[in-house]
Amino acid sequence: MMAELFGRVDGYCKGKGGSMHIADFAVGMLGANGIVGGGLPIACGAALAAHLEGKGDVTVCFFGDGAAAEGEFHEALNIASVWKLPIVFVCENNQYAANNAVAVQHPGVDIAAHAGAYHMPGVIIDGNDVLAVYAATGDAVIRARRGDGPSLLECKTYRWHFHAMRNTPPAETRSADEIRSWKARDPIARLEQHGLERGVLSAAEIGTIRERVKSDLDEAVAFAEQSPFPDPKDLLVDMFAD
Amino acid sequence: MREISFQKALEEAVAEEMRRDPRVILLATDFTGDPIKEFGPARVRFTPISEAVLTGMGLGAAGSGFRPIVNWRMVTFSFVAMDQIVNQASKIRYMFGGQADFPVTYRCTTGGGIGLAAQHSQSPYSMWMHLAGLKIILPSTPADAKGLLKSAIRDNNPVVSFECSRLANVTGPVPDGDHVVPLGVAEVKRAGTDVTIVALAYYVPEALAVAETLAREGISVEVVDPRTLVPLDAETVRASVRKTGRVVIVDEAPATCSAASEIAALLAEDPETFRCLKAPVRRVCAAPVPVPYSPPLEQAALPSRADITAAVYDVLKESLRAL
Repeated sequence: MMAELFGRVDGYCKGKGGSMHIADFAVGMLGANGIVGGGLPIACGAALAAHLEGKGDVTVCFFGDGAAAEGEFHEALNIASVWKLPIVFVCENNQYAANNAVAVQHPGVDIAAHAGAYHMPGVIIDGNDVLAVYAATGDAVIRARRGDGPSLLECKTYRWHFHAMRNTPPAETRSADEIRSWKARDPIARLEQHGLERGVLSAAEIGTIRERVKSDLDEAVAFAEQSPFPDPKDLLVDMFAD
Repeated sequence: MREISFQKALEEAVAEEMRRDPRVILLATDFTGDPIKEFGPARVRFTPISEAVLTGMGLGAAGSGFRPIVNWRMVTFSFVAMDQIVNQASKIRYMFGGQADFPVTYRCTTGGGIGLAAQHSQSPYSMWMHLAGLKIILPSTPADAKGLLKSAIRDNNPVVSFECSRLANVTGPVPDGDHVVPLGVAEVKRAGTDVTIVALAYYVPEALAVAETLAREGISVEVVDPRTLVPLDAETVRASVRKTGRVVIVDEAPATCSAASEIAALLAEDPETFRCLKAPVRRVCAAPVPVPYSPPLEQAALPSRADITAAVYDVLKESLRAL
């Protein structure tokens, strides 16, 4: 993945996709999208395939709060529900679509409210609570696998930085208090705290995990840096299948 | 050889491919014939009028091992799905580095001349050609319609099948059995020596009629049908023009940035073909207006046999002037 972000030939997409078009079909990850809402129809197609295969596969489709203002969101929820497709729609409501707050773009701030119109469960979850997300997702996957159709999970969370993590961000328009309050609810820190309180994780184990993640990332960056750039002679490769 | 209609030939292609491969599925708001009767509601799926999700589902199911045929019905409706066509279907294989194939066929009717007015009389194939990642077929006979659609369904890429409305009820000979026409192979529909007419879809039979009339005047016209717009068989077209030295390109899309423009450029850019040209390349296309409803206006907007004939005379005159 890091090699793809670096535009190198060893990336998942041989450097042709970059961060917005990253995919790993080997593990069933059918691709990220540069278009808000653009992935929902494709995910419905994967769910249709799973439904026709009948092997119990379930599609999970991620998008943000901004997608709920796109027509493709509504088309996808409608057909997924009409056909009872095995799909879980996961909205990461990080409160901002590009630079606009969710309350400015929608008549209500709860994206899950749309689920009712499409006759599917709509569940609002604290998206910064890892275990709550885990539990709700499990329920939705079971429902999908049972043949009862889609669910819409809305994970309330927050985007700490600017849209698209720009190098030269525009001036911050969000209140410092708002940013601070969400940073205090960092999902990783909360999971650590939960593990410590329950006695299932020690401080030493957390330190080891953090070290391992850091060394994994360092390794990934080193791998990406040593990977060559794609050869321009391969520019036209991958356009069409044989 | 038996004679069937263009529409029937297309239906046969779909039915035969569905029998041949159980992973071929149909998605559309409506169907011609009764495919559910033979193939059942799991494979033949009536959809809501939701072109964007329909188009994207074709891609998603194709990337997950199926071979969907998505029927937009009229090309008009595909414009509602522009994101899925432009941003997704035409780019998905390349931008993911060729990790997966997307064998999906998008079908639609195209063209004017049947009194359906502006929105339902469009021929936008050059917009799709421009995207580079979609294959495009545009047949002119029942036999080509069947053979090309079968190839499209078997192809491992997104293919758009443009099916000319004015040809739907035209009948013609179609070979029995597994009749397949490969993508990317043009056909010389009539051999001639004085002028090449490159014609698309409805204008292939029109060009043939013009050629027949001009033959009585001693003018020998060669008619070339590209049949597939992506990949475009430039070599067959160029070879014809190198032989005749004169070319008229006929299509019912307006001329600006059209398939006709692309063909003209492919001829003019090729040094050997350019050296053989005895007259400027000539396009006969629709007027640059939305196709109007009233019959006299519609006829005026679209190319006619008289327009084609006049263009043939023009290129002959131009080449005499050059002598």
